[in-house]
Amino acid sequence: MIIYGTALLAFCHLTGLFLGDLLGALIGVKSNVGGVGIAMLMLIVLKIYLEKKGVMPKETEAGVGFWGAMYIPVVVAMAANQNVVAALKGGPVALLSALGAALTCACVIALLSRSGRDTTAFPPVHHQEFTQEQDI
Amino acid sequence: MLEMLNKVLLHNGLVTAFALVGVTMWLSGVLSRRLTFGHVHGSAIAIMIGLALAYVGGAITGGEKGLADFPLLGGIGLMGGAMLRDFAIVATAFEVQATEARKAGLIGVLSLLLGTVIPFIVGALIARAFGYSDAVSMTTIGAGAVTYIVGPVTGAAIGASSDVMALSIATGLIKAIIVMVGTPFAKGFLGLKTPRSAMIFGGLAGTVSGVSAGLAATDRRLVPYGALVATFHTGIGCLLGPSVLFLATKAIVG
Repeated sequence: MIIYGTALLAFCHLTGLFLGDLLGALIGVKSNVGGVGIAMLMLIVLKIYLEKKGVMPKETEAGVGFWGAMYIPVVVAMAANQNVVAALKGGPVALLSALGAALTCACVIALLSRSGRDTTAFPPVHHQEFTQEQDI
Repeated sequence: MLEMLNKVLLHNGLVTAFALVGVTMWLSGVLSRRLTFGHVHGSAIAIMIGLALAYVGGAITGGEKGLADFPLLGGIGLMGGAMLRDFAIVATAFEVQATEARKAGLIGVLSLLLGTVIPFIVGALIARAFGYSDAVSMTTIGAGAVTYIVGPVTGAAIGASSDVMALSIATGLIKAIIVMVGTPFAKGFLGLKTPRSAMIFGGLAGTVSGVSAGLAATDRRLVPYGALVATFHTGIGCLLGPSVLFLATKAIVG
């Protein structure tokens, strides 16, 4: 059933955020520390475990895959919620700090991504039939 | 008649948002093919339209939530809010190949630390160049250059003034917007091709919103790897900002 997948996702989401809050309180920070990341790791581990046990039918996968595919539309809605007016009102200090930080980081990304051996690759296409959409 | 339509849209905010975003995505796809012949990804155009609409919304209503400040479009706030955003990001983890993520784990952590310290230094230095020379203001604006949540959290912890806090939020927001819009154009320079490069990007570019939108507009398959790292960004920034980074700044500028 599709809802099994969505419920699995919800379980990971809630547990991850809770652990993230707990971790934040533990180290004395007023913020969630890696809650979404913890939830993602849980989902990865649970997926591997359930697949090994042979209890991950296509319908269950679709219950997660739908939300993964909704990701870009959600991001577009998120962009429409940003306080762009306030960002532009910040003036030259805000603009230059942001630009300086972004450019410096871009150079470091360019360096790091070319350094070392990169043996990572994407899985073959058939792994992504539920979550990958055609380019719009 | 019009009143009835209004009522339907108002009472079904989230569904209205689905329809509106759907139309925006379709329009972006058409613009991408007709105007740029597919060179600029449809998602990138959709995100730019979203930001432009957010500006219009903020300018007209004077609110803080962009388009969502129009009562009729409140559903956009729910659809693009933290709950559904995080839900969808977690769902993308389904596509992560655990073996690939593990190969790049160490460099992901390294870039996470660099991604906190480097923007902080740049932001603090530029703040100083503009006359914000006390340790509290420099730290707050520098923390804002990490992410727009780290800025105010740090500022509140070390007692920054409200105008400096506003400045640090603005810094973080502009950085997120630069990352959202700039990433698809800079993908060649950044070397964004593999899971490993996406994880480096997630650590250094900061803010889940900037990273996730930037990667979405570049290559959808990169998103989960970048988000996996970026989600620790705000937490680490909030940890280091008011403590190590503030004390270091204070030790240097007095």
